[in-house]
Amino acid sequence: MEIVLVGLNHRTAPVEVRERVSFTAEQSRKAADELRSRGILQETLVLSTCNRSEIYGVPPESSHECAPGLSSFLSEFHAVRADVLGLSLYHHYDREAVRHLFRVSAGLDSMLLGEAEILGQVRDAYRFAHEYGATGPVLNRLFQGALEVGKRVRSETELGTRPMSVASAGVKLAERIFGKMNERSALVIGAGTISEQVVNQLRDRGIARLFIMNRSRDRADELAIRFGGKVVGWGEWETALKVADVVVSSVASEEPVLRREILQGAMSARGNRALFLMDLGLPRNIEASVAELYNIYVYNIDDLTEIVEQNRNARESEIPRAETIVDEHVGKFLSWQASVELVGLVDALRARLREERAAFIHARMDSMNHLSAAERERMESMMDELLEKLLLQPAERLRGEKELRRKIQNVEALRDLFLSNREKP
Amino acid sequence: MKDLFLILTIAAYAGSLALYLRFLNTGKEITGRLGTLFLGLGLVAHYFALLERSRGLHTVPYHDLYGSMSLFGWLLALTYLGLELFHRQRSVGAFVLPFIIVFFVAAHLAPADRLSPAPARGVIFAFHVTLSILAYAAFALSFVFSLIFLGEERLLRSHKLGDIVWRLPPLELLERMSRSSVLVGLVAIAIGTALGFVWVDRLMGQIWYYDPKYVITLLVLLLYVLYFHLARTASWRGARASKLCIFNFFVVVMSFTVVNLYLSQSHRYF
Repeated sequence: MEIVLVGLNHRTAPVEVRERVSFTAEQSRKAADELRSRGILQETLVLSTCNRSEIYGVPPESSHECAPGLSSFLSEFHAVRADVLGLSLYHHYDREAVRHLFRVSAGLDSMLLGEAEILGQVRDAYRFAHEYGATGPVLNRLFQGALEVGKRVRSETELGTRPMSVASAGVKLAERIFGKMNERSALVIGAGTISEQVVNQLRDRGIARLFIMNRSRDRADELAIRFGGKVVGWGEWETALKVADVVVSSVASEEPVLRREILQGAMSARGNRALFLMDLGLPRNIEASVAELYNIYVYNIDDLTEIVEQNRNARESEIPRAETIVDEHVGKFLSWQASVELVGLVDALRARLREERAAFIHARMDSMNHLSAAERERMESMMDELLEKLLLQPAERLRGEKELRRKIQNVEALRDLFLSNREKP
Repeated sequence: MKDLFLILTIAAYAGSLALYLRFLNTGKEITGRLGTLFLGLGLVAHYFALLERSRGLHTVPYHDLYGSMSLFGWLLALTYLGLELFHRQRSVGAFVLPFIIVFFVAAHLAPADRLSPAPARGVIFAFHVTLSILAYAAFALSFVFSLIFLGEERLLRSHKLGDIVWRLPPLELLERMSRSSVLVGLVAIAIGTALGFVWVDRLMGQIWYYDPKYVITLLVLLLYVLYFHLARTASWRGARASKLCIFNFFVVVMSFTVVNLYLSQSHRYF
């Protein structure tokens, strides 16, 4: 009932290796089948995202013994040289494997600390493997625990609550002014990469109307078609600023594109309704004095970068709380694992003692001819009673006392003490 | 059990506050809904606590200061609940509940002396008082919304966001809720005042006799009408209107304190 994990992630492998070792749904199924048929793993779950590829498994024998087999399997399965792959792979066993998965699902092992997507990816990977029948009691319990950890960390800490990119910070700030974006309009000035990121965020947050203004009409058309926006001619400020609630500007220009006079006129045309301006250009696209105008909120790239930095610090300060939740669940899982193994151990011990009793009686009773059949039967039943008495109390305590299960976590040592290798359950 | 409704009310309001705070923190819809449910339960228990107190003292809730305060807290909760359901927004609950709890606790934990029975003044008088207190509760709500608005607006403009800004309700929502609240207050105070005049007319046979309370009530009415109008105009919408709303509430407080205690002949606790 040991657990093994072999995998690589954004920290151990460059993107060229990660993309070669990633699994499609079909490949995950195939890998699970092959690992089972080759006798490497009894239970298998493949977790493959853009930043990690990991195989979690329960081997029939010791987890340490099966790890090299798993590494060679990965190398063979993806046709990547073993020496190249070996540099990127990590192996974790039992407690460390459990802890690793729980940290992954909490977002503690993600490239973007606390990101929310990973929990969904863990859930999908588990559901997929479970439905296919690749998992068993151990991985089921392990992944249910991981999902619980992920949920708890997100609801009890602030690890994933704050925006971590300039684009998302800007859009979240706009929501502080206007509320939900689904009745709002945005004007995006410039059609470069950063504008695209903001448009993506705005679309994700359900922006109702999107206007795109760019010096090059073709690029504006392209962006408008991709994101379902409308193109506004360059410099048509009156039309564009009258309806927009959020303005994002990121164009290369030596002079400010949005001057105070333009915005003064726009504000009077829009009846001073609040206007949120994100200036992502360098040099700045919006004249500094615009920030003094009534009901206008201006954030430039430095302001937003600072917010992201503060949020990163805030997220990092939540790590200890998240780690505590992880540790708590690791303890819970190991306790469950130990209890299952100990119950198995008690059953094996009972079988062994019965065998010993039978052999003992057979050897000693032969010489006791003076005993009647009834007396022999009586002695056998007394010995059975004694054995049951000896085993009953520990078995009951194991079932009932969580603390005891936590203390007895090295079941292997107990097995070695009482049973020979042949008899291990 | 003597204090059953008192305990139930405090428990329900405290539960509601805790859930609203959690909702503000996590954004989980279910906690927000539970917050609303607990507020509703608190309102029911508060109603019975008011009833129990009035029966015990053989008087109406607005016959003494503490009773008026408790009724004020109840109407504050009722108005807020109405606004919350109307605007489908729960993020300000955490800011309103402390006021409701303070009014309730202060009113019900104060020693209640046995009062002389309230004179029977009829239904018109009861409506006059209740609607007036409802109006003040609604104005108090708009005051809370405006305070939050100004604080949040200042933080957003100065770029000093800290932890708090991410938890506050959106500015435009605060503006809308403040306007709705003032509208409730205006309707209530207009009807309540008119009923007051009708009652005076029946009692004294004349609509008008001089009381400084009339002047200040008229002033309150005019100031809130002005706010309601200006809050939607180009030059006032936003922070300026919120400042006016806060100023207006100070006039309400003046009406409640200085005018009631020292100047008015016929108004005491409302």
